[in-house]
Amino acid sequence: MLIFLATASILGYITISRVPPLLHTPLMSGMNALSGVTLIGAVSVYATSPPEFKSLAGLALILAMINVVGGFYVTERMLKMFKKKDPETLDKEQIPWQ
Amino acid sequence: MAIDIIFGIIIIIGFLLGIKLMQSPNTAVWGNRLGALSMGAGFIFSLIRFQVAGEILFWVFVIIGALIGLMLARKVKMIQMPQTVAFFNGSGGAASAAVAVTAALLYSGEDIVAVFLSSAIALAIGTTTFFGSIIASGKLQGLISQDVLSFKSLNQLSLTLVVAGAVLALISPLFQGQIFILSWPFITIFFALYGVLMAMRVGGADMPVLISFLNSLSGIAAAISGLAVREVILVGTGALVGVAGLILTGIMCTAMNRSLAQVLSGLKPASAHETSDVSSDESIVAEKETADPGETKSTEPEETEDSLSASQKAKEILLKAKKTIVVPGYGLAVAQAQMELKSIIDLLEEEGAEVKLAIHPVAGRMPGHMNVLLAEVGIDHEKLWEMDSINPEFNETDAVIVVGACDVVNPAASTSTGTPISGMPILEVNKAKNVIVCNLDDSPGYSGVPNTLYEAENITAIWGDAKENLDHLYSLLKE
Repeated sequence: MLIFLATASILGYITISRVPPLLHTPLMSGMNALSGVTLIGAVSVYATSPPEFKSLAGLALILAMINVVGGFYVTERMLKMFKKKDPETLDKEQIPWQ
Repeated sequence: MAIDIIFGIIIIIGFLLGIKLMQSPNTAVWGNRLGALSMGAGFIFSLIRFQVAGEILFWVFVIIGALIGLMLARKVKMIQMPQTVAFFNGSGGAASAAVAVTAALLYSGEDIVAVFLSSAIALAIGTTTFFGSIIASGKLQGLISQDVLSFKSLNQLSLTLVVAGAVLALISPLFQGQIFILSWPFITIFFALYGVLMAMRVGGADMPVLISFLNSLSGIAAAISGLAVREVILVGTGALVGVAGLILTGIMCTAMNRSLAQVLSGLKPASAHETSDVSSDESIVAEKETADPGETKSTEPEETEDSLSASQKAKEILLKAKKTIVVPGYGLAVAQAQMELKSIIDLLEEEGAEVKLAIHPVAGRMPGHMNVLLAEVGIDHEKLWEMDSINPEFNETDAVIVVGACDVVNPAASTSTGTPISGMPILEVNKAKNVIVCNLDDSPGYSGVPNTLYEAENITAIWGDAKENLDHLYSLLKE
């Protein structure tokens, strides 16, 4: 486990330090969505829970889903803006005060 | 078991490739989608492994969470991104804590001390993350005061909480069953309070550091809860996120020339502290005022005349300038003046000038926040330059437009000692030929340190609401 941890950390370090500051906000948002991987742990404990613990496990499911779905969606919204260079095609939804 | 590990590794590789794709703005969208896809694959695989797909109640929970996440993600504006990320981060931390606790309740194998230990630590870190994130989110959203909370024994209180909580978390797993369970409420309370205090102590402009740090913590919480449920994918991904967060936190700290400890303890030298209380009140009031475009400003009448002639002067400077650099700060976004700025930039470029934007690493309330706020109105990201690349160009620049930025262009950062911004690298706008400042007023920024830039001779100041002033400047330039 420890070797695995170390490898993941090193690989993480290498890839992340090459992301330009331009994209740091979506990067953080994306990392945040990834930390929702707890979802899989939630599924695991939900499955093995007897009825009296189901609501606690269910709570974990809800919280993890919020993290995952919300996280990937806002990151998508942000990154779409960086791809488009043509302002006319900007989603009106993204400039809500207009 | 083996196939779980293999699949877990494949998914983590998916995540890593996703991050790699985020190294360029053109491929970044696909990086995120790849990450989402990998997460989805992991989810489906876990459904198969644990065979819960048939339980309706399971889907009820899943869908509730998905809907909440989706609704929030659709509704938030870009300027609210920091508090949104903080909120989602908190929910992830809470999820890790809940998973860890449930896992401990269920476990009945041989490695019970190890599981209990990971569970206790995950509970501790997850709780800190949740409460810290919620408070941070609240502060950013303006629901909680942005002032730094500080009283005499604050440091000691925090330290006591963390130590007591840590001792409890590390020792109680040695006692089995009932006693261990009894320690949970206490661990939760200690770390909840610690998280609250941690976030309360950090002030508005230090938020980028806090959010990065909390982001990292939620990854670590996920990794450790992964040890409690024996899931390779949690440990690996959690470690990835934890490391990412720490790197970004380090970058932020370097950019502000403060250490993490300083930021977390809300440390400010005593002399600047009083002025900063006043100015952060003012800046909150100012921010609220500019956020309501309908309100008429109660500035002195002669200021309007001054800003008219200042605008004329600015117009002349800009029309003559061959090279202009714009320095946008958080105030620009608060005034919701990005569109007006873009119009001016486009106009200047049509007239043949070279226009670049200089982004200080801690502009905004989150790393890279400024870039997002500018991309939102369609400003080409290739015009955005980082501080280190663009600083050498200021002495060849004819005109600089500073909008809604104060501390990041304050020369006092390099000349003074003992202030919150001493030693912080700044954008060296004072080296340009002319500087046009378009801020609300000349009061100090978040740090409370008066801006010596305003005293320079080549400054043209247009005070007031940036949206109005930029709009007015634009119409002048069009003539």
